[in-house]
Amino acid sequence: MTTAIATQQGIGADPAGRKLAVRCRNVVKNYGSGQSVVRALRGIDLDVYEGELLMLVGPSGCGKTTLISVIAGVLDRDQGECTVFGEDFSAMNSRQRTRFRGKTIGFVFQSFNLIPTLTIAENVSVPLLLNGVDRRTALKKAKEILSIVGLGERTNDAPNRLSGGQQQRVAIARALVHDPRLIVCDEPTSALDHETGHKIVELLKGVAMSGNRSLVVVTHDNRIFDFADRIAHMDDGQVDKIVGSAKELYGPNMQSANGGGGMS
Amino acid sequence: MYFLALKMLFNDKAKFFGIVMGVTLASLVITQQGSIFVGLMARTFGVITDMNYPDIWVMDPKVQFIDDTKPLTDTKLFEVRGVPGVASAVPLYKGMIRARMDNGLFQNCNLYGIDDSTLIGGPGEMVEGNLADLRMADSVIVDVEGATDKLARKGKNPGDPKIPLKIGDTLELNDHRAVVVGISRGSRTFQSQPNVFTTYSRAVTFAPKERKLLSFVLVKAEPGENLETLRARITERTGLAAYTADQFKMLTVNYFLKYTGIPINFGIAVSLGFIIGTLITGFMFYSFTIDNLKYLGTLKAMGTGDTMLMMMILLQALSVGCIGFGIGAGAATLFGMMMSGTQLAFWITWQILVLSGGAVVIICMLAAMLSVRKVVALEPAVVFKG
Repeated sequence: MTTAIATQQGIGADPAGRKLAVRCRNVVKNYGSGQSVVRALRGIDLDVYEGELLMLVGPSGCGKTTLISVIAGVLDRDQGECTVFGEDFSAMNSRQRTRFRGKTIGFVFQSFNLIPTLTIAENVSVPLLLNGVDRRTALKKAKEILSIVGLGERTNDAPNRLSGGQQQRVAIARALVHDPRLIVCDEPTSALDHETGHKIVELLKGVAMSGNRSLVVVTHDNRIFDFADRIAHMDDGQVDKIVGSAKELYGPNMQSANGGGGMS
Repeated sequence: MYFLALKMLFNDKAKFFGIVMGVTLASLVITQQGSIFVGLMARTFGVITDMNYPDIWVMDPKVQFIDDTKPLTDTKLFEVRGVPGVASAVPLYKGMIRARMDNGLFQNCNLYGIDDSTLIGGPGEMVEGNLADLRMADSVIVDVEGATDKLARKGKNPGDPKIPLKIGDTLELNDHRAVVVGISRGSRTFQSQPNVFTTYSRAVTFAPKERKLLSFVLVKAEPGENLETLRARITERTGLAAYTADQFKMLTVNYFLKYTGIPINFGIAVSLGFIIGTLITGFMFYSFTIDNLKYLGTLKAMGTGDTMLMMMILLQALSVGCIGFGIGAGAATLFGMMMSGTQLAFWITWQILVLSGGAVVIICMLAAMLSVRKVVALEPAVVFKG
């Protein structure tokens, strides 16, 4: 199965000659042990290229979040290989891994995860502070990027004074501010209405992809599939399809294939 | 990041005030109760503090504290005077005597008989009159607390305020007439009874008849004399106990620490303050951390190391510790100032502040440890769980 996917979907070699951002081979992750073991990832093979927006889709419990956690280096795999820009998290100690993550990866979360007691500019400045930038410069840069995502007038507001869409814009600004090479997004539109979700992904695609960055987006929302360069479909801990568009995945009548508004 | 850690804490006002309240309570109780304890202990040796003349106090070897007088024969005074290195030695009588009030009731008083010729051993400060007036017939000096309260005369009509003793008033001390020639002020004593000063020769006539009446011999050492050597020499030559003022104070305090329930009572109060403060602070701080766990996990995922998170938590804990300690110690000090001039014994010392501060640091460390454990064990992958 793995070999077949690799052959059919071009794993390991990009026809356009782009460099690899993420390379996963036979990644296995189990939770628990004995009879209660849950096999979350059962030998994942996946490549993500530089400048590519890859969406990870599939039913709930199929292992998307586990895979994105392994790719982002916040969860250890049990078996297999996984490198990010050629670096293997398992070869690093805790401090190196934390530093690499802070420098190389930007995060966008489903529920935004903005610290409510800080202003949005301070929230956005966090990755810069973690990378040793002084507070004044970090705040200046945070305000600049907040202007880019359309929140230049709200930099001193608390997150709870913003709408869901605005908060996700702040989260995107936070993910981008330190110029990471890879951005991982976990259900970035699930807490937003259709129109706002559409705008958010448009923003992600427009702003985040501008620097030849790679994006891995975990989503259930088939309304944003059109933004993907490739879509990896997962089921039961495995990637069973990697396609170039939603139509390839679900056929011409995507709505009926998904049973309506979104996959579950 | 440290600045952000403080903002996270300060902007969560409910938790912040809760944590500060816990630390404040602990700091207030420990400082206040500690100060009252020290104040009480200081009262036990108030007499020694006020009599700053003697280098060495000489007494019966069985004496355990200042009020535990075991009379000596008068000849002991001359024996002490004969010890090489003693520049001068004067007698001191200290005993209890009953004063008859004008309403027929009796009031116990501390009677001090000081050296007739030098008047050494007299009260620390004269409020009215002169110490030298003790040379007048039947004269006594009464301390201001006694003169205005326990020895004061009743008003003309029921309910009228008491009329304080004044110079010229007479007292009846153990069936002897005594004339007030001065009002003094000194350190409060543990017994809270009026202090009455007179000459040694008059005191022994006022005092109930006993074969021996000399309570202490107050010794001034010759200039340059080593006090420890002199102490040993006095003991060797006379068979009496000899202590410097500080040693006699410690002897007195140690007696009260060992044979009274005071340390236990105050120890329980201080311990309760510590335990309750720890519980409130620990619970509130842990609750604050749990509330922020999602964000701490986010910071961890974004590249914040465990060490940095620990330092942030410690900084938060120490910050509330400093604020709470400041408020608590300040409130205790204010309490002490408001209570000055009352019966309450209160003496705040730097050692108490260090002790209270140390307790607050321990409370903060315990509270932070609970949170640090939680944060260190936190998997950053938790941030992807919605």
